[in-house]
Amino acid sequence: MNRTGHPGLYVHVPFCKTKCPYCDFYSVLGTEHAGKWLKAVLGEASLNSPEFPRFDSLYIGGGTPSLLDDDEVEGLIAGLRGVFRFDDTTEVTIELNPDDVTKEKLALYRSLGVNRVSLGVQSFDGDEVRFLGRRHSGRQAEEAARLVAEAGFAEFGIDLIYGLPGQTVRSWRKTLRLALSYGPAHLSCYQLTVEGDTPFSRLAREGGLALPDDARAAKLFLGMSEYVTGQGFVHYEVSNFARGEQSVSRHNVKYWQHTPYLGLGPSAHSFSGRRRWWNHRNLDAYLGQLNSGSFAVEGSETLSEEQMRLERLLFGFRTMWGVELKELSGKGCANRLEDLQQKGFVEVRGERIVTTLTGYLFADRLPLMVSE
Amino acid sequence: MKHIRNFSIIAHIDHGKSTLADRLIQYTKLVDDRQFRDQMLDTMDIERERGITIKSQTVDLPYVDDRGEEYELNLIDTPGHVDFSYEVSRALASCEGVLLLVDASQGVEAQTLGNLYAALEHNLVIIPVINKIDLPVADVGRVKTEIDNELGLDPDTAILCSAKDGTGIEDILRAIVDRIPPPTGDAEKPLTALIFDAHYDSFRGTIVSCRVFDGTVRQGDTIRLMSQGTTYRVEEVGVFRINREPQKELSAGEVGYIIAGIKTVSDTRIGETVTLDARPAPQPLPGFKDVKPVVFSSIYPIASDDYQSLLEALEKYKLNDASLVYQKDSSAALGQGFRCGYLGLLHLEIVQERLEREFDQSIIMTAPSVQYRFHLDDGTVLDVDNPLYYPDPGTIKSSEEPFIRASILIPERYVGAVMKLCMERRGVNSHMSYPTPGRVEITFDMPLAEVIFDFYDRLKSITQGYGSFDYELIDYRESSLVKLDILVNGEKVDALSILVHRDSARDRAVRICDRLKDEIPRQQFKIAIQGAIGGKIISRSTISAYRKDVTAKCYGGDITRKRKLLEKQKKGKKRMRIVGNVEIPQSAFLAALKTDDE
Repeated sequence: MNRTGHPGLYVHVPFCKTKCPYCDFYSVLGTEHAGKWLKAVLGEASLNSPEFPRFDSLYIGGGTPSLLDDDEVEGLIAGLRGVFRFDDTTEVTIELNPDDVTKEKLALYRSLGVNRVSLGVQSFDGDEVRFLGRRHSGRQAEEAARLVAEAGFAEFGIDLIYGLPGQTVRSWRKTLRLALSYGPAHLSCYQLTVEGDTPFSRLAREGGLALPDDARAAKLFLGMSEYVTGQGFVHYEVSNFARGEQSVSRHNVKYWQHTPYLGLGPSAHSFSGRRRWWNHRNLDAYLGQLNSGSFAVEGSETLSEEQMRLERLLFGFRTMWGVELKELSGKGCANRLEDLQQKGFVEVRGERIVTTLTGYLFADRLPLMVSE
Repeated sequence: MKHIRNFSIIAHIDHGKSTLADRLIQYTKLVDDRQFRDQMLDTMDIERERGITIKSQTVDLPYVDDRGEEYELNLIDTPGHVDFSYEVSRALASCEGVLLLVDASQGVEAQTLGNLYAALEHNLVIIPVINKIDLPVADVGRVKTEIDNELGLDPDTAILCSAKDGTGIEDILRAIVDRIPPPTGDAEKPLTALIFDAHYDSFRGTIVSCRVFDGTVRQGDTIRLMSQGTTYRVEEVGVFRINREPQKELSAGEVGYIIAGIKTVSDTRIGETVTLDARPAPQPLPGFKDVKPVVFSSIYPIASDDYQSLLEALEKYKLNDASLVYQKDSSAALGQGFRCGYLGLLHLEIVQERLEREFDQSIIMTAPSVQYRFHLDDGTVLDVDNPLYYPDPGTIKSSEEPFIRASILIPERYVGAVMKLCMERRGVNSHMSYPTPGRVEITFDMPLAEVIFDFYDRLKSITQGYGSFDYELIDYRESSLVKLDILVNGEKVDALSILVHRDSARDRAVRICDRLKDEIPRQQFKIAIQGAIGGKIISRSTISAYRKDVTAKCYGGDITRKRKLLEKQKKGKKRMRIVGNVEIPQSAFLAALKTDDE
């Protein structure tokens, strides 16, 4: 278990140079409002400092954080340090787009205390990268990975996307092999998903998107896990691998263990341990609220004990730490557990129920399958 | 007694009966305008929503004519649907006259005819009323011709009215007084009172609505229900003026209520005669009939633990609806439940809706069935309304199913389409008549089973709403019947079995398999759905397996959404039944019942 108990801090940088057709994270084109945004984020930080005085992880995501210029990144990190207290061992992560990577930028990040970068490669294959509408080429991705590997960060991670049209277990493995050749400590592999209001969802509705069916996606998933774990990684969450448990993303694990976190920036989500709230998913609304000195919260919910339990199941089955046996209750729960074991979806290890590799394929269904 | 008039309003559904009743109530100032609401007599939500009357209600209207004479006009409201024709007939037996309501744009319809015949049987004075004359499409001339030709009534006696804007209401009230005779009867003779309705009241028990023909009944009397022989002590008698108003007595000619500690509505029978225990009438009033259900279907709780709660709900429901019959039933697929008998399909829908809405039950209903008759080789005769009890086909000598005579009234241009529909539904012995130019009355002998699904809806749709339909049960006729089983992954889902005519079996099987394919969610294994007669598979569909059901991301913004989805699925799961290893949602059972692709 990776629980430290200290909250995590997330900052959403809502700027992109171009929009990727599959992505539904909130962002606007261009960085012209970055200055106002930075001011607002630091204002929002101050508003929250009484509730969240101290963190042991900082995650700067987006959008495209690497679009911020040097002063802005420096201003952001220094500003946050001025408002909050960070532990000495704080994990500081920033997301990087391959075509923004330069030696200088990496050096700056290091000097600011960033100890973990996450490189949004998605694919090294020219056709695949084009299909995904990325700004970089396959070659640029390789170059970026090399620079990151040589920059001397304690850890770095590579993000990939799979489940692309025409992708085979074989071509997917080739991408994985190339990614691992740069020696990352962490690998995130997301199956391409058609999200709500994106160009891909419109394309899919018109029948113009030939994504693999679930049988094929299952094969890609299993092939991936087998290969990556064979290279010494642990498959610690459905879409995440780490070179040993010490390399898991401390920040992301907080989401799955109900550890409190504070999200700054438009569309960011926060959690206090019982209550969850989220900011306006609109830069103007966000800036407007903070300019007038108030929070930019759009909505919130307070979880009931039952909802907490359901989320523990949801998170638990998606991660290698599983679910505590005592979470299962109600009539017939022994039978249901036995059924899941027989199907090979879970194993019982000590006081915990742990999802197997096959079980990961149905992880979102397991909470239902163990429930009455 | 000469200042009493007892009357009913009879009409085809939608011809404005409830609106007219509202207007009469308003005109006689029984309720002031502040308290008034539409469909005053229809107290159930479902009646107001559907604009139909399910339970009849009685109201005693005080009326003073222009000579200053005071009258009591007893309006006995009747349910407006063929399912309740016996209840209608008992209400009519309590009257001396009826208002026969005809819509000025729709004209005479099949049900109008059926209602007229019922009224004539009771020798009632009939006052034709042409309603909705305010409509731009009203055609009074044509409707008068129809009243003359199709109903054989004098069109000049018809009163023109618009219940909506109040035109003609005064004329109607005057006609009720002038044309309908006062009741006859002798208050000194032994008591005979006809029960034409009964309601359940949680404080007072059963409130019996009755018409006194002879004799008098007072508080403290001991009454006897003649067909059952049970006796009760009268706690209260009175009349209905929207609310109950207690009276000292009810005597010959009057309409009112009796409260006598009768526990449930089922302890009484519509059509039953009430007399005094101390001085009984020599014989009961004629026309009593124990109504038998004609449509059957089983009700199961969606969660099997809710059996007890469903039982309690049915018991409560039954307090106020004596025509529903039920007994325990059990299914391998659905567990413990109840086999229920209904007066018709509307009745079935009402029961289902009220159980869900008023009693908060989540239920699965199996396909409605009629009662089939099997003659076995050993000479026994078996009546079967539940496919579970279908006899070993090797022992069946012959089988029969109930037939109805359907009477359908339509504009001439729809004859072709309606004939086709009736033939598809195995209609025989068609007969056509032209009561007025441009209109056709078609009669068909048809199996009841072909009508109970969606015949009326189909008729409405192919005639663009102009077709009207009425039916009566006639007899049992020989028919080639088979039992169609539905198998899910090789396992028979007994609750989906139906008895069907051999010729329709394959069609039905294919449709049910297709429907289920759309309704049953994919699972981690392939699911085969088959239709079978005996051991022989006659249709098949397949639901492919799920191979992966996990989303890629689960970060800040995804969590709430995911949990909400899970909560929704969890709720849905409570509405699933597991058969073998397959989860079948409630919607699948319902979908399998529908015959057509709407």
